[in-house]
Amino acid sequence: MADPLLRVDNLVRRFGGILATDNLSLEVPRGELHAIIGPNGAGKTTLISQLTGQLMPNSGTVHFAGRDITRLPSYRRSALGLARSFQITSLLKDFTAIDNVALAAQAHDGHSFRFWGDARKERHLRDAARAALERVGLAARADVLVSELSHGEQRELELAVALATKPQLLLLDEPMAGLGVTESARMVTLLKELRKEFTIVLVEHDMEAVFALADRITVLVYGRVIACDAPDAIRRHEEVKRAYLGEQHAVTRHGGQIG
Amino acid sequence: MKSKLNASNAVVAVVCAALVLLPIYSAATGNIFILTLLTRIIIFALAASSLNLIMGYGGMMSFGHAAYLGIGGYAVGILAAEDIGSGFIQWPVALAVSALFALVIGSLSLRTRGVYFIMITLAFAQMAYYVASALSRYGGDDGLTIYKRSTFDGLINLSDRTQFYYLCLGCLFGGIYLIWRIVNSRFGLVVQGVRSNEQRMQAIGFPAYRYRLTCFVIAGTICGLAGALLANNTDFVSPAVMYWTRSGDLMVMVILGGMGSLFGPLIGAIVYLVLEELLSQFTEYWALIMGPLLLLIVLFARGGIMGLLGRVRRG
Ligand SMILES: Nc1ncnc2c1ncn2[C@@H]1O[C@H](COP(=O)(O)OP(=O)(O)O)[C@@H](O)[C@H]1O
Ligand SMILES: [Mg+2]
Repeated sequence: MADPLLRVDNLVRRFGGILATDNLSLEVPRGELHAIIGPNGAGKTTLISQLTGQLMPNSGTVHFAGRDITRLPSYRRSALGLARSFQITSLLKDFTAIDNVALAAQAHDGHSFRFWGDARKERHLRDAARAALERVGLAARADVLVSELSHGEQRELELAVALATKPQLLLLDEPMAGLGVTESARMVTLLKELRKEFTIVLVEHDMEAVFALADRITVLVYGRVIACDAPDAIRRHEEVKRAYLGEQHAVTRHGGQIG
Repeated sequence: MKSKLNASNAVVAVVCAALVLLPIYSAATGNIFILTLLTRIIIFALAASSLNLIMGYGGMMSFGHAAYLGIGGYAVGILAAEDIGSGFIQWPVALAVSALFALVIGSLSLRTRGVYFIMITLAFAQMAYYVASALSRYGGDDGLTIYKRSTFDGLINLSDRTQFYYLCLGCLFGGIYLIWRIVNSRFGLVVQGVRSNEQRMQAIGFPAYRYRLTCFVIAGTICGLAGALLANNTDFVSPAVMYWTRSGDLMVMVILGGMGSLFGPLIGAIVYLVLEELLSQFTEYWALIMGPLLLLIVLFARGGIMGLLGRVRRG
């Protein structure tokens, strides 16, 4: 088989006494939708942050498209084709929706040491941004300030921003966090579309969505991978049932993220 | 979309027109004082505008911006003292040295955030202040008198009050125009994006540090120009222009006028320096009145005067 698009080897990350990532290894082949589940505090966000470079691991390596990216800063990883959405919405709040997306397109369209021309009049950037907004269903809200968008719209915008960087690998950290039922359903439909085009790592608490979408599922508990398999196998996995699925309801309610 | 016909734009238009026409008024009435005062205000407005570029648009709270006033000024003063009187040499040197200083300071201070950034920029400016005080060959503490203003043979005579005024005004308008272009350019959007959310900007692929540093250098260079103008205006340069209180004055002008507003620093400089002039005629303790006034602005009008005016719509 060809090299996987993403390969993580023996990743370790500590926060003081806490082992947030415990000797974690993982492979994601091209074209896969790989879900990562696990209770709150299992280290899912910490893992994503190490993949995209917001956090550096204490040891271990991350390879992307055959290249060691373990020590690369996040902007370099973005240039290579890694894009993430944040669990806690992280947008340019005082910019409009389309500005947020256009900046993402701009970041991947040569350098930005251009001091004179009006960037908001660069047609190809605006067009790319509009296309990404349309994709997530936000076209009508393009000129609204992010701070005036609803929570659901901000979640969709997170995704549009990631898409506008023309990624090879999308890392989505709980894209459905805090969404209502209809919004969640819309997001699932959208993810079904996107998985045809992108390799996706999806962290999600919504089990129904995960089992509907994933090719393979990795289960994290206390920073360790306790299982990594196809959805059906995961459903039957004894340790997973004990550690996680049994207390799924408690977990989601505790997280307060299922609306 | 914002209405173009709001009070802030009207005020800006009136102020700019008044600035352009002022020498005519001054000549007609023989009121030289007002021309002198406004020359000084315009120079500080240029310095404050450059600070606004990093502080208002870039979110970099530099507390050492007056250093460039001194560096630009000393470049002119020292070259003049060494008999190099041509502005064609003095001014490019003033700009280049300011840019270099900004590059060094920026590359160190921009690795920090928040209070640390404020303290480091302050510390570097104070260092420049003490270095200037130690330049005994160039007046040390007492400062350096400039016996002859920069010469731009055949172009302009800086000793002519009106010509010098228009030169300063041209530099101010040119500076504001440049900042306007920058703010709306690719570069400007990146810098403002980083102010808003640096993590996000890094995540979508921008090496934030380089853009912030470049912005920091541009602002320092523009302020160096203000320094060259100021030295010519006062025929004198001393360490005092770099003292931290001067940097504070510039910050106050920006905040008073409205951070991140193109003409805010100009309005802020006018209000601040005119108030200083008026209040200091009545009392030595004018700062006691100015202080609370500023506090009110900061507390109740976050966008400064321009922010307040922007909310007042006509029609
Ligand atoms: N910046 C941090 N500083 C200290 N501890 C952290 C930090 N980020 C995460 N942790 C800890 O690491 C563990 C994993 O957190 P996280 O990755 O957010 O879990 P998840 O996303 O699976 O809910 C938790 O115990 C959390 O408290
Ligand atoms: Mg998380």
